[in-house]
Amino acid sequence: MSAHGAAVGTHEVGTTKLFTQVWFWLLALTAIEVFLAYLRLNPALMLTILVGLSLIKSALIISYFMHLRFEHLGLFLLLIPAMVFCICMMLIMMFPDSLRILDLRPH
Amino acid sequence: MSHLEPEGLLSTPWSGGASPFAINSKKLGMWLFIISDSLTFSALLVAYAYVRLSNPDWPRPFEIWPAIAKSSLMTFILLSSSLTMVLGVASAHRGDRKKTLRYLGLTMLFGLAFVVIHATEWYTLMVVDHVTPWSNPWGVPLFGGTFFGLTGLHMLHVTIGVGYLAVVAWGFGNGRFKPEDVEVSGLYWHFVDLVWMFIFPLVYLMSVNLKG
Repeated sequence: MSAHGAAVGTHEVGTTKLFTQVWFWLLALTAIEVFLAYLRLNPALMLTILVGLSLIKSALIISYFMHLRFEHLGLFLLLIPAMVFCICMMLIMMFPDSLRILDLRPH
Repeated sequence: MSHLEPEGLLSTPWSGGASPFAINSKKLGMWLFIISDSLTFSALLVAYAYVRLSNPDWPRPFEIWPAIAKSSLMTFILLSSSLTMVLGVASAHRGDRKKTLRYLGLTMLFGLAFVVIHATEWYTLMVVDHVTPWSNPWGVPLFGGTFFGLTGLHMLHVTIGVGYLAVVAWGFGNGRFKPEDVEVSGLYWHFVDLVWMFIFPLVYLMSVNLKG
C-alpha cells in the first residue's frame, strides 16, 4: 500500500507485464477451482476452499486491476475494513447454524 | 491556503481545500457504490451458501460438458475482459486515444460474448431441464430461485457495464471525457468480474454432476 505515490499526484498504473502476470495467476487459480470440482469433497469443506481461493482472486483484482494497491492508504482504510466487517456479520448466522439443520433432519 | 495557516496546526489534508484521498470525487463515488453493491451480492451469496449447505439433496445439474466447460469459458472471457480494460485505462492515462478505444471495444466484445454464452446456458436450463425460479424437476425449488437470482443480477450488471463502456468510449473518443472517466468505468467493470469470481465456484462448481 503506497501512502505517498498518489498523494503527490504521480499515478503509478503498473505495466502491461504486471497486468498480464496477474491475469495469468487469476486463470491458474480458476483452473485449480475447476480441478477441485472433480474431487468428491464434502460440501462444507469444498465451499470453504472455493471461497478461500476466490478471496485470493478478488484481492488480486482489487489490488492490481482496481489499483487500490497504488492509492492512498486512507482510501483502503475507508473502504475495505467496513466491508469485511459487514460480510462477517452476515457470516455469523451461517456457521454453525446451516450445518446444524442437517443434524435436525429425520434420517 | 496552507501558507496562511500556522505551521503544523491546520496543514493536514483534512483542513479543507485538499483532496484527502488524493482522488477525484467520481472515483470516490464509484468506490462507495462498489462497496454497497458488494454487500448486496454478499447477502445473496451468503443466503445461497446457507441453503446449499443445509440441503443434502441439492440438485447437481451441471455436467462437465457442456455446463462446466461453458462457465469456465465465461470465466476466461471475463478475466480477459478485465485485462483489456486495465490496458485501456493505462493507454488512456498515456494519452493514446486510438489504443484506448480499441481496448474498450475489445472489453465490450468480451462482455457481449459473456452475455450471449450465459443466455444459451439459461436457455438450456429453462427449456431443456424445465427449471424456473419457482420450480424444477429435482424437487428443490430454491435451486432455481438462487440460481436465477444470483446469475440474473450479475448478468444485469454485465449488460449495464457494456452500455456504460459504450458511453465512455464515445465520450472519450470525441474528447468529452477524461482518462479519469475511463478509469472510473474500469473500476465498475473489474467489480463485475470480481463478483463472477464468487458466483462461478459457488453456483457452478458446487453443483457439478460427475456422472454425466
